[in-house]
Amino acid sequence: MVHILTQFPLLLRVTAFVLWRQYANMRPIFIIVDSQSVVITPQPFPVNPGQLILQGTALSCIRQDRVLFEQLNVSVQAGELVQIAGKNGAGKSSLLRILAGLAQPDDGQLGYQQHSLSDVAAEYAANLCYIGHQSGIHEQLTALENISFWRAASEVDQADDFALLAKLGLAGLEDIPCRMLSAGQQRRVSLARLWFTRRQLWILDEPFTALDKSAINMLQQHFVEHLQQGGAIVITTHQALSVSFPHQTTLELAYRW
Amino acid sequence: MVVLVSFIQRELRLLARQKADWLNPLLFFVIVLSLFPLGVGPEANLLRIMAPGIVWIAALLSVLLAAERLFKDDYRNGVIEQLVAARQPLLSFVLAKLLTNWLSTGLPLVLLSPVVALLLNIETAGFVAMLLTLLLGTPLLSLLSVMGAALTVSADKGGILLALLILPLYIPLLIFASAAMEAAAMNMPYHGQLAIMLAMLLFAMALIPMAVISALKLNVS
Amino acid sequence: MFKWLHPFAKPETVYHLCGRFYPWLISAGILLLLLGNIWGLAFTPPDYQQGDSYRIIHIHVPSAIMSMGTYSAMAIAAFIALVWQVKVAQWSVLAIAPVGAIYTAIALITGMAWGKPMWGTWWVWDARLTSELILLFLYLGVIALSGAFTDRQTGAKAASLLAIVGVINLPVIHFSVEWWNTLHQGASITKFAKPSIDPSMLWPLLISILAFKVIMLALVCLRLRTAILLNEQHRPWVKAMAKGQ
Repeated sequence: MVHILTQFPLLLRVTAFVLWRQYANMRPIFIIVDSQSVVITPQPFPVNPGQLILQGTALSCIRQDRVLFEQLNVSVQAGELVQIAGKNGAGKSSLLRILAGLAQPDDGQLGYQQHSLSDVAAEYAANLCYIGHQSGIHEQLTALENISFWRAASEVDQADDFALLAKLGLAGLEDIPCRMLSAGQQRRVSLARLWFTRRQLWILDEPFTALDKSAINMLQQHFVEHLQQGGAIVITTHQALSVSFPHQTTLELAYRW
Repeated sequence: MVVLVSFIQRELRLLARQKADWLNPLLFFVIVLSLFPLGVGPEANLLRIMAPGIVWIAALLSVLLAAERLFKDDYRNGVIEQLVAARQPLLSFVLAKLLTNWLSTGLPLVLLSPVVALLLNIETAGFVAMLLTLLLGTPLLSLLSVMGAALTVSADKGGILLALLILPLYIPLLIFASAAMEAAAMNMPYHGQLAIMLAMLLFAMALIPMAVISALKLNVS
Repeated sequence: MFKWLHPFAKPETVYHLCGRFYPWLISAGILLLLLGNIWGLAFTPPDYQQGDSYRIIHIHVPSAIMSMGTYSAMAIAAFIALVWQVKVAQWSVLAIAPVGAIYTAIALITGMAWGKPMWGTWWVWDARLTSELILLFLYLGVIALSGAFTDRQTGAKAASLLAIVGVINLPVIHFSVEWWNTLHQGASITKFAKPSIDPSMLWPLLISILAFKVIMLALVCLRLRTAILLNEQHRPWVKAMAKGQ
């Protein structure tokens, strides 16, 4: 087979080089596809209350020929909880996805710490914890396995999660596939990321779905602690928040036709 | 690296718990293979002549079938959406999916090749060629089918659409692989065909992960 | 360096630009088409070898050339769409795809019509015919993918990605089919006698090729304008235009 290598020297050498660059460093080398491909380590977030973290100006979103919102301004400061309120179909989830960097706004700009979001997208993603409407856990895996997946994905060290699951009220259920858990229990597993990662901005889409009262209280207490440490939270929820947060803003999205 | 290993472990666990995901395509491969003798008649010489095409068509159909389920569960559960928001681990996730997809569908095809040779009356020279072409070709089949699965993960009628999109892209591989097996059956050298298949594979290995990441990002936007 | 191109990323600019070009393109295209085809089909001398049936060359060759040219245009638009996230480029991929598919279909059908008197058979697995057939499949795949999503924008982006993957594969397909054809020792390899062609036959052919190109541009302008209106229907400029007229 050696003479095959000599017959196609240039092509094979170039592709071998590309492969080595890509896989040795485990990052995409084609920056035109992903323009922020440098590995970013999240900085410990500063504890300056009131510092502007995320700002959106004149955002507009059009989904399937319906204008969900236009000329919308959003700002999130450290220590602030922003609640996006509105009727079903008002565009709350779409707004959260735009703020999390998943979707591009049809108009307007997003800024993260005085930089345009598109310039610092990787840094922003490293400082963000987004938990969407779906659970983010695989139902064939156990709770422990799902948490260890998210630990690896968030670049956090693996650790013994029995204590964490006990705190979440899942003691004794750590080793069964998540499809055997109830919806509320699955939601608790998916929210475990809020405990073992240290990210400044949390964007949560209906985090209280299917949770019972004790879990809701525990989660809201955790929110308070997070805000006191200088973090920020953007949530949507249909339930009234029973805890009073130090700095809370509500952004109401109008339902357009 | 640690991230890649833990993602690969996750995928292997999922395959172990959902055995139908990789056993069904293998069964499909053997059944399709058996349909050809039933359709064209059991004459040994005819089967030996047609064997390269039969093996490769059955192989590419079964790899295509296996790819459809790859991202479906993770998309439905929101795992892909949250990984895209986190940006960083997406390449490791895609590589883990690619590797385990080949291990679960491509490698068993290679291991099944003695059985195939038995069924289709392939001789030793042709059998060695079949082994080599399957070894070089099934990773490329995996790569292209994963690319198609990522493109259609949020599409409505994903299954048949995936086949329509990816089968034209399989055609060069099919041509070279069956040409290699035919040359081997005629006791002619086939290094050229294998070299081109290797070149296509390396090219795809360099470019397809980027395309898969792009496809996943646009499906969750 | 490309600052002068930035205005062309605005849908409104492209809409008005296409609107200005379209009347000229379509009238020039139809004129050239009539000129080239009528001259070629009716007024050129018959070929000494093929008699009168070669005349379909004036439809077949331009459509075959344009089927491949259209695919490269679509791939360039898809590349721009994916790299610079330009929405107008995404929509132009979808505008170009059906035009290219129709050209490919015309090439295949006229080729079959030419093949029957020439080779005695409607179809043969020649390198060029097979590559052309696969090109048709690639076009149909792009069109099918764009319509498979509930969100139109996702479909446009996915179709752009597929167009790029297809263009990388296209030379591979062509060369592999060529090689395959020569590997099968039994196949009769036929190539059309192109180079030494009499000027009286060459001129209508060239005019027809130009006509097909201009018509492609005109059709793409028209389809792109419609796509821009469809996708931008909520913008103030579209609403103002709708009210004004």
